[in-house]
Amino acid sequence: MINYFLLLLLALVTFYPFWNTLVMSFNIGSDTSLGGITFWPRAFTTENYKVVFSNDQFFQSLLISAARAVSGTLLSIFFTAIFAYSMSKKELIGRSGYMVTAVITMYFSGGLIPTYLWMRELHLFNNFWVLIIPGLISVWNMIVFRTFFAELPEGLEESAKVDGCNHFGIFFRIVLPVSGPVLATLSLFTAVYLWNEWFYAGIYINNQNLLPIQTYLMNVINSNSFAEQMAQLTGTTNVQGMKSTVTSKSLQMATLMVATIPIIMVYPFVQKYFVKGVLVGSLKE
Amino acid sequence: MNTPIPASVHSRRGKQALPGRMLRQWDLQLMAIPAVLFILIFSYVPMYGLVMAFQDYNIFDGISGSPWVGFKHFDMFFNSPDFWLVMKNTLLISFLKLLFVFPAPILLALMFNEVRNVAFKRVIQTVTYLPHFISWVIVAGFVSTILAVDGGSMNGLLIRLNLITEPVNWLSIPEYFRTILISAGVWKEIGFGSIVYLAAIAGVNPHLYEAASIDGASRVKQIFTITIPSIAPVIIIFLILAIGNILNAGFEDILVLTNNGNNAILTDVSEVIDTYVYRTGIGEQRYSFATAAGLFKSLINVILLVTANAAARKWGNQSLW
Repeated sequence: MINYFLLLLLALVTFYPFWNTLVMSFNIGSDTSLGGITFWPRAFTTENYKVVFSNDQFFQSLLISAARAVSGTLLSIFFTAIFAYSMSKKELIGRSGYMVTAVITMYFSGGLIPTYLWMRELHLFNNFWVLIIPGLISVWNMIVFRTFFAELPEGLEESAKVDGCNHFGIFFRIVLPVSGPVLATLSLFTAVYLWNEWFYAGIYINNQNLLPIQTYLMNVINSNSFAEQMAQLTGTTNVQGMKSTVTSKSLQMATLMVATIPIIMVYPFVQKYFVKGVLVGSLKE
Repeated sequence: MNTPIPASVHSRRGKQALPGRMLRQWDLQLMAIPAVLFILIFSYVPMYGLVMAFQDYNIFDGISGSPWVGFKHFDMFFNSPDFWLVMKNTLLISFLKLLFVFPAPILLALMFNEVRNVAFKRVIQTVTYLPHFISWVIVAGFVSTILAVDGGSMNGLLIRLNLITEPVNWLSIPEYFRTILISAGVWKEIGFGSIVYLAAIAGVNPHLYEAASIDGASRVKQIFTITIPSIAPVIIIFLILAIGNILNAGFEDILVLTNNGNNAILTDVSEVIDTYVYRTGIGEQRYSFATAAGLFKSLINVILLVTANAAARKWGNQSLW
């Protein structure tokens, strides 16, 4: 019974920050700073969200993040899966060489500075594609895909071969359609990664219009004059008047929630898939 | 390429030149080669870029034009007063993570395994997996909310329990930084990390438990005599990986909890090799110096990984490769 109690406590501790932040995002800012807001808003308001959503910069960042997550996931999954399919074929000449080339990058890399300078040389600074291209081929995902493809029954591809399909035909017509679970899992992981990643944009991008939401959040969370900034961007002139309901803190809460909610919304739908994905991924190679 | 001739249809047609054989499988090669080229361009070129650690690199002359200086930057790094601070923090934070963040999911998996109520288990699992999917930026937002001086829940709770008399500014007191960092790490990954161990536990032969309970072993005793030994191989594999990462004390988590490294009060407890590389390299543009520090870290990591793997293979019959 102690076990059940401890687990319940853990779940509560895990859930509380989400709930507490949500509650504060719906509370009047000046009231929140008095303390005592835990499970329920004391002075309910939607003003925080109104201010957040009337900020153009914020919308732009959401848009960039969405574009990055969608296009990055599609491209990365597509190219990685094709690579993995070829690597699952024993007859591929050079396979072990390709494999070693890929796997070494999981343990050793050029590190931050050489990568940073190379991106500059490739003219990827202040470029939307810097948010997508470096992750285009994920070796980790390739290994997961490869394991999955290698386990598909050989007979499955026979009919397509008889019809004279080449490997592209087999891949698109036979293999991809039966790979739903692994596609869903890896797409989720990739999309979540791309949605959450903030560091690249922080070092590679100066242009405010190209900042993804998490980087934008990182910048504003660290600024003390968030409310004033927001007010200016929103075009509200009466900062003093606004501050009584909306504070830097309460705006942060609302912004945090908006950046979190997309993840919380997709999560239940794909949860059933990812356990399997994690397991395949943790197989030793 | 010295790959053995594959046992495919093509090879039976007698000896053919390699280019010809590759051309015959043009479709497969077309699927593989662009990806390999991509890896060469985006991963191997930066590896080649590591040579700038041995140069006085400057951006106008590039790697080909910058003068070679041997181990100058390594000497500077080892002899700088920052070195011991950075090493101490790196090792300390790594060690604390190994001590708390690593075993936490194992413990949780063992606890989950004792739960018989399926619905209860599902709910708790769903909740505890969730933090894995949010970014460290959001986690930092949560941490600063909970720990806030004005209206933070932690201060509220402690005052109500009469443990403190007035609000404490937790995030700007260096002594508390490591505790906060490690706790946030456990909070974020404990649930998701337990998945692998749960799967390993699910693979244990149920007859072992039957036999044990016939022998009169209690549930607790069964955990220690059956469950833990059965999942030991999985634990060892992950331990090897963790040891290979020991100098990666953390990067994102430390950056977000120190305001991108701008919270100077915390530098003495929070600066690790990775944040140091970031600050000196990208912040101060000392490219060669930062690359040398980063290369030092990577080399130690690789050595540790290989050593841990060899040890695991020798004593535990387990290894990554």
